[in-house]
Amino acid sequence: MIKFNKVTKIYPPKTVVLQDISFEIKEGEFVSIVGKSGAGKTTLIRLLLGLDEPTSGEVYFKDINVHTADSLQLRDIRRNIGVIYQDYKLLSAKTVYENVAYVMAVEGKAHKKIEEEVPKVLEIIGLQNKVNNFPKELSGGEQQRLAIARALVNHPDVIVADEPTGNLDPYNTYEAISLLQKINQAGRTVILATHDREIINKLGKRVITLENGRILRDEEAGRFVI
Amino acid sequence: MLTSFKRIFTFAVNDFSRNKGISLAAIFVLIVTIMLVTGIFFFHGMASYLISQIQNKIDVTAYFKEDTSEQDILKIKDEILKMSPNIKNIEYVSKDQALRIFNEKHKDSAVLIKALEEVGDNPFLPSLNITTNGDPSQYEEVSTILQTSGFSKLVDKVDFSQKRDTIEKVYSITSNINRFGLLFGIILIIVAMLVVYNTIKLAVDSSKEEISTMRIVGASNWFIRGPFIIQGMIYGVVAFLVCILLSGFFAYMVSSKIAVVLPGFSIFSYFLTNFWILVLIQLGFGIGVGIISSSIVVRKYLNI
Repeated sequence: MIKFNKVTKIYPPKTVVLQDISFEIKEGEFVSIVGKSGAGKTTLIRLLLGLDEPTSGEVYFKDINVHTADSLQLRDIRRNIGVIYQDYKLLSAKTVYENVAYVMAVEGKAHKKIEEEVPKVLEIIGLQNKVNNFPKELSGGEQQRLAIARALVNHPDVIVADEPTGNLDPYNTYEAISLLQKINQAGRTVILATHDREIINKLGKRVITLENGRILRDEEAGRFVI
Repeated sequence: MLTSFKRIFTFAVNDFSRNKGISLAAIFVLIVTIMLVTGIFFFHGMASYLISQIQNKIDVTAYFKEDTSEQDILKIKDEILKMSPNIKNIEYVSKDQALRIFNEKHKDSAVLIKALEEVGDNPFLPSLNITTNGDPSQYEEVSTILQTSGFSKLVDKVDFSQKRDTIEKVYSITSNINRFGLLFGIILIIVAMLVVYNTIKLAVDSSKEEISTMRIVGASNWFIRGPFIIQGMIYGVVAFLVCILLSGFFAYMVSSKIAVVLPGFSIFSYFLTNFWILVLIQLGFGIGVGIISSSIVVRKYLNI
């Protein structure tokens, strides 16, 4: 489903962030990408979404080269990948309801369908009583749950979570990771980028360890060891 | 398609009402800009009136020999009109009319009236007073026609050579008023457009992060750009409504004061006569600048 082929990313003038990275992720996998801050985890996600271009090498999503894809293909790739960010990247001028509804509207879903689906998703993540609140009126945990709801509502093939627990307390961290596990059990591919050792060691799933822009280890049922 | 448009429109209206401060600032700047353009429009009206008043005072007169019949002069008048399309007005003044005009004009000057009495007969010649569109070359053309065509033997004299300097000076002044007015207007409009662009840029800048997020969730360019463009349009329409009311009010209030400086010119009548042109200018400028500025600014952030 996802393939990185000898990908190198150098930011000008000479900051090497990723060096000769190659790996594949199959449909339905739960893969954790771990490493210290600055190891290249976020850059990897940006390359997958076509937000950055590799200096060399290729990134494929469902056999489409992300960086030679035309704007329509790129739009479809982004719609097929639900992303959860550490800083949530919510639409601050839109309400909780509108944040979730927006991604459905983007896909051209019917008004009726949006009216049915959004309340359901908001109920699942426990924000049904905050539909008219704006993101700044929510706690960190609530904002993170809203980001998860937004990533899930269109049923994308892949969920990418970039340090999703970075701003959460232990309780909300547990909640968020449990939710990701459930999503994966439902058959969706999950990519989790984190530097949280404890989470990884409890998950017991595939772990790709990055260090200084290179893959240090790629192990099934791996642990966070650097 | 219709659903997408409805959604884009709803987003625009929501964003407009939720960002009241930014919306008001953008509308205020647009109002100032449109009023500036309106000021240029009114100035143009006043300048055109002034120029036409000056130009109307300039004419050339062809005097005919004393024994030329009225019928012949009127025939010449028709022929000149056919030969020179630039003639704005041509008026026949008979000997008797010329005498009456002289007496009326100099009724307070006893010396001149007495001098005329001493001459005895009516000394004035029948004439044609000719006004063109103001260009000296047009007066020259008329003068040449009068002096060289078949009926030149009936013409006693044409006073173009005496008036030539005055005609050229007036033409140069009126051309300069038009030229500098146009240049000044263009500069003001460019400055105004830059001010509006920068204000809308500030408004869109505050949504920079949002635009990037919309892009990440797969929104198409039009889905992102649309609400900003419609917001720009709303700014333009609101600013226009305020400006057209302000313009009418302003024209009504200052009309009598301007009439003191420019007798015969009513700025309020000018406003009413040119109402739909002004509507077109204000609405076109407001909406145009609003839409163009929003499009340019959002375009910058879409290259993710």
